[in-house]
Amino acid sequence: MAIAINGTDYSLPDDPRVSLLDLLRERIGLTGTKLGCNQGACGACTVILDGERVLSCLTLAVQADGRAVTTIEGLSKQGDMHPLQRAFIEHDGLQCGYCTPGQICSAVAMLGEMRRGDPSYVTADLVAGLGSTTREEIRERMSGNLCRCGAHHGIVEAIEEQLVGDAA
Amino acid sequence: MSKLQNAIVGGVRTAMGYVPSSWLPGGTRDPLIDKRVTLGTQQSRVDGPDKVQGVARFAAEVRMDGLVYAACVHSTIARGKITELDLAAAEAAPGVVLVMTHRNAPKLALPPPIGMTNLKAAGNNILPIMQDADIRWNGQTVALVLAETQEQANHAASLIVVRYEQAAARTRFEDAKADATTPDSLMIERNRLKRGDTDAAFRNAAGSVDAVYRTPWHNHNPIEPNAATIAWQGDRLIVHDATQMLNGTAGSLAKVFGIKDTQVFVSSPFVGGAFGGKALWDHQILGAAASKLAGRPVRIALSRASMHRLIGGRSQTEQRVALAADATGKLKALLHQGFSVKPPHSVCDEAFTLSGRSLYESESYDIVQHTLDLDLLANTFMRAPGEAVGTFAIESAMDELAHDLGIDPIALRLRNIGDTDPVSGAPHSQSDLRLAYELGAKKFGWDRRAATPKSRQDGEWLIGMGCATGSFPYVRMPGMSARITIDSNGHATVSSAAHEMGMGTATVQRQHAADRLGLPLDYVTVRIGDTDLPFGSFAGGSSQTASLGAAINAASAKLAGDLLRLAGNDTPLAGLRANEIEFANHGLRKIDEPSRYESFASILERASRSEISAMGESGAPLEILKFSMHSRSAIFCELRVSEVTGEVRVTRLVGAFDCGRILNPKTATSQFRGGMIMGLGMALTEETLLDKRNGRIMSASMTDYHVPVHLDVPEIDVLWTDIPDPRTPMGARGIGEIGIAGVAAAIANAVFNATGKRIRDLPLTPDKLLSD
Amino acid sequence: MTPFDYRRAADQTEALSLAAAGHCRFLGGGTNLVDLMRQNIEAPAALVDVSRLPATIDVTSEGGLIIGATARNSAVAAHPVVRAQYPMLSRALLAGASAQIRNMATVGGNLMQRTRCSYFYDAAGSRCNKREPGAGCDAIDGLSRNHAILGTSEHCIATLPSDMCVALAALDAIVHLDGPMGPRSVPLLDFHQLPGTTPHIETVLRPGELITAIAISPSAAAANSRYRKVRDRSSYAFALVSVAAGLDVADGRIRDVRIALGGVAAKPWRAVQAEDVLRGEAPTRENFLRAADVELAAAKPTEANAFKIELAKRTMAAVLGDLTGAGA
Ligand SMILES: Cc1cc2nc3c(=O)[nH]c(=O)nc-3n(C[C@H](O)[C@H](O)[C@H](O)COP(=O)(O)OP(=O)(O)OC[C@H]3O[C@@H](n4cnc5c(N)ncnc54)[C@H](O)[C@@H]3O)c2cc1C
Ligand code: SF4
Ligand code: FES
Ligand code: FES
Repeated sequence: MAIAINGTDYSLPDDPRVSLLDLLRERIGLTGTKLGCNQGACGACTVILDGERVLSCLTLAVQADGRAVTTIEGLSKQGDMHPLQRAFIEHDGLQCGYCTPGQICSAVAMLGEMRRGDPSYVTADLVAGLGSTTREEIRERMSGNLCRCGAHHGIVEAIEEQLVGDAA
Repeated sequence: MSKLQNAIVGGVRTAMGYVPSSWLPGGTRDPLIDKRVTLGTQQSRVDGPDKVQGVARFAAEVRMDGLVYAACVHSTIARGKITELDLAAAEAAPGVVLVMTHRNAPKLALPPPIGMTNLKAAGNNILPIMQDADIRWNGQTVALVLAETQEQANHAASLIVVRYEQAAARTRFEDAKADATTPDSLMIERNRLKRGDTDAAFRNAAGSVDAVYRTPWHNHNPIEPNAATIAWQGDRLIVHDATQMLNGTAGSLAKVFGIKDTQVFVSSPFVGGAFGGKALWDHQILGAAASKLAGRPVRIALSRASMHRLIGGRSQTEQRVALAADATGKLKALLHQGFSVKPPHSVCDEAFTLSGRSLYESESYDIVQHTLDLDLLANTFMRAPGEAVGTFAIESAMDELAHDLGIDPIALRLRNIGDTDPVSGAPHSQSDLRLAYELGAKKFGWDRRAATPKSRQDGEWLIGMGCATGSFPYVRMPGMSARITIDSNGHATVSSAAHEMGMGTATVQRQHAADRLGLPLDYVTVRIGDTDLPFGSFAGGSSQTASLGAAINAASAKLAGDLLRLAGNDTPLAGLRANEIEFANHGLRKIDEPSRYESFASILERASRSEISAMGESGAPLEILKFSMHSRSAIFCELRVSEVTGEVRVTRLVGAFDCGRILNPKTATSQFRGGMIMGLGMALTEETLLDKRNGRIMSASMTDYHVPVHLDVPEIDVLWTDIPDPRTPMGARGIGEIGIAGVAAAIANAVFNATGKRIRDLPLTPDKLLSD
Repeated sequence: MTPFDYRRAADQTEALSLAAAGHCRFLGGGTNLVDLMRQNIEAPAALVDVSRLPATIDVTSEGGLIIGATARNSAVAAHPVVRAQYPMLSRALLAGASAQIRNMATVGGNLMQRTRCSYFYDAAGSRCNKREPGAGCDAIDGLSRNHAILGTSEHCIATLPSDMCVALAALDAIVHLDGPMGPRSVPLLDFHQLPGTTPHIETVLRPGELITAIAISPSAAAANSRYRKVRDRSSYAFALVSVAAGLDVADGRIRDVRIALGGVAAKPWRAVQAEDVLRGEAPTRENFLRAADVELAAAKPTEANAFKIELAKRTMAAVLGDLTGAGA
């Protein structure tokens, strides 16, 4: 009965009401994951659960039992930032920085979805799947992460750079 | 504000007219304007690595031993009295430490209201807090629960039963108009402006427009909720807050709790977005009061619903604009009148009538706005208060007039912008809206716009283009101070109780201090974000860069003198006076004789000192009274409107800004875009829904209040004139708010161009575009 | 949130036996239920977590699909057979919520999600017959722009917010259930209930009954289908109106047509009358509009949501028009 968070096992809270988000922030002290709405409506709390992006505010911690969680703190390895973290700085994909960890975790997992060829609502041909990746594709797929400061352009550019890296 | 204030400001303004500008702040051109080193270059955020790695610490993330969590219970009626409070179940619930209501809350004084003169005041909602059984708005906190965990606090709060005796409440905008009041002044400007004969102008006009524009309530909705982590250490109050008014919050809390300013420590190194919504509201006061009662540190992190009930937003407005012009488009009359809500316990005039009269010359004016008193939570400042909604009305009307006259909308505007302030006649410190329009129109491809509405179509999508002017006044706050400390390695630390809410404060002021002190960037550290640092004014009115800039400038002048004295006689600088030296290359040198130089490190070493510090302060902003100082923008929009569904999709925005000198193109671009995106939200989706029957906010979540998502945000090009303002520190004017101004009008104007439908009622949702 | 017991079921049998214990709810992805519990709208004594039951998506020999109730919305949307043979379902799922939520949300939970009426959500301050039978409805004379226009009653005018269900309604999906009284199947069209005098009863699901799967069968109309969602924001917003439609045209005549509307009623609204008008007719814009008029003739809007009538008609005609283009 434990959750592996960034490679370390943590025991489950005894109160099943505790969300994965509150477990991270209030009990373990991993405050990189942000609380924006606690209602599934902003994406600030996005973490990666067994490789897929999910909202930690709507996930009960007990539901993550036996599963692996990666948070923003787990993306940089030995102080070496994830390429997407560096790209966010370079493209100024942030202002206040509060939505930023959620945007980055979301984008990391989203790159996996795109590489797998999963369609989105704006994908023209569902059967053929993803053709060339347009900014519209990135924007639709990132729409679950709100940013009130308006750092959208830098965010999309930083992600696009990773996809271009893919193509090369 | 009062008649007296009008008289004083008017008097000072007149006097200023006679004062030579060289006597004023900004009287001599800041030498940094011409000495470009790092200012004006692209710099990544210094706090970027902390933010992208989740290490930057926000208010609700401060750990404390013995911390308890707060949850609020809000009133469900707008006016009346609490008759019954059943707390038994809550008090007995697991983990509960305290239930605070008006019965046991400590005595609390009213918070001092935010104002132009008292920088130690940050109050927004000037009403007694939990001092009596009276209910004054729907959503007022009637009980606060503290418990060992947030889950326990929330649960206990849900068990509290409150009964009320309801009184008649005024919650309808329409009904309140009959009792509207007319303030004498708005901020520091006279409210009423009546000049010339408007009636005659309309009789003789070649073209005219007379229309009513409406904007709804808005909420800031930063992604970081308002939150504070609070502890009492003896009679010292520690508040880790999310605030754009550090010293104001400290000063206000001191007044509320009857202690000295120095007994309150407020820290707020990072703020997760503010936009006007992060000053002092009830929650910090309630949290501190409960902490005192419980003898435990408290975290009060508002839920989204609590935020909507406790943090006021931008007032609804109803604005009539009437314009009359001759055949060439020259304005003969400009009327701008209307209503916004401002209950007596509010501090914010939603001064929507100021932009038009600062922008356009007209032969006659009839301008005045009225305020409505409703039983609602106080309205407050939200990004570009007044200007964001005011430009929607005035710039929509200009577009209507252009259409009526058959004149190009840009030409109409350029025909009417003044060489001096249209009302006071004061000279502009710097202003080149014409150039902004030129640059923007070229980038945008304005020449491709079809003047006839509804003439471009792609399948079901009607395509349109529109433009509008944005405007925002320059503000520099007095009292902002900064300390510069240079250590024995020649490293400088600049400190000030300034704020970082995403503007890049530390990044830009590090560039500034480096250039000012003749140091490379990595020799400068900027420390901001708590009240142990030198006194800071608020981060509002786009004033912080200028205010802190002025403070650093003053501190550096003081430092130069102090260093010179410290250097003594045994130095190449011996015998020089302060005005003969300048900072350069890690030290000081004689201005026209660079070989007479000594480094900071060497001066300190000789004096056996480990460091030297100097303080400086931003002085009275008298330049604002002598000059007309405004940032301006030309906003362009291209969009598509579905003929089937009425959905509007903005495909392109261009903003060309005339804002003085741009200090860091990278962060500035982000700020301009951020403002424009908020303007996009205001145009298309944002609306706080208030149930008129009982004044309850029904859109108290982020599912119901629609801020733009990634897919709403189109390509946005940002350009600037980059002409330094010779009257400001570094030649820069504030850029935090101008971005939003004009955007909603540009979008509404483009919708008209696409569809032939003129929507005067924001937001431009599909239902409004469906009807024929 | 009221305290509750949490149990995780390893398989269907365990789920059913755990659920027999009384006032409990099944927990899928939790994206709706956890929120409703946090808002004090739901307060089950126990949660039976079914989210780890096998989430299979099986293709039948005729090309139909049996989708396990715990399959994630994202997995269903990305399934190659759904994309190729049931595009309106894939598109409807992709139109819902956000990628993160679709990764969590299960098919069973999506079917059971509750209304987004803001008075329903305001447990502390508003009256709602759905939350508290007999309390009254603050929406009817209140802010009702997002509310229903079809099948409403004087007790409730809420909508079902699901996108997925709209496509499933057009596909004549069958809902498989299992419970204390044994397994049974219910057509999706009968699964959700109109409010009538009992708006708190939203579906035919019995206490302790588990949704186990959804079955859909192939058809030419399903393969030539679309979903269009009209909303205030371009993404991550609930529908004002949505249309799922499939069209099969042969020899210039409509052989089969399936139309369902979302955002207009407490259930996915199958446009039976419009389909009747169209079957056997030529696929022309005039016919589409005429059919839409017939379907919406019974609409009873409030002042604030009257626009939905026109919006639904136009969107319906446009989607059918697009399908004609695509199918021709
Ligand atoms: C911000 C936000 C935006 C959203 N936008 C959209 C949208 O645009 N379109 C849309 O369609 N949806 C939208 N949703 C809703 C989302 O689709 C639902 O929350 C989701 O589908 C519910 O699935 P779940 O597995 O998480 O259900 P849960 O939350 O786990 O459960 C929901 C209900 O279903 C019951 N249940 C679950 N599984 C079973 C089962 N097997 N048998 C019987 N009962 C069961 C539960 O007991 C509960 O009553 C949105 C949600 C959020 C939070
Ligand atoms: S419409 Fe239905 S859900 Fe909304 S308040 Fe009325 S009864 Fe409740
Ligand atoms: S905090 Fe989880 S989505 Fe907003
Ligand atoms: S950077 Fe502030 S909310 Fe995105």
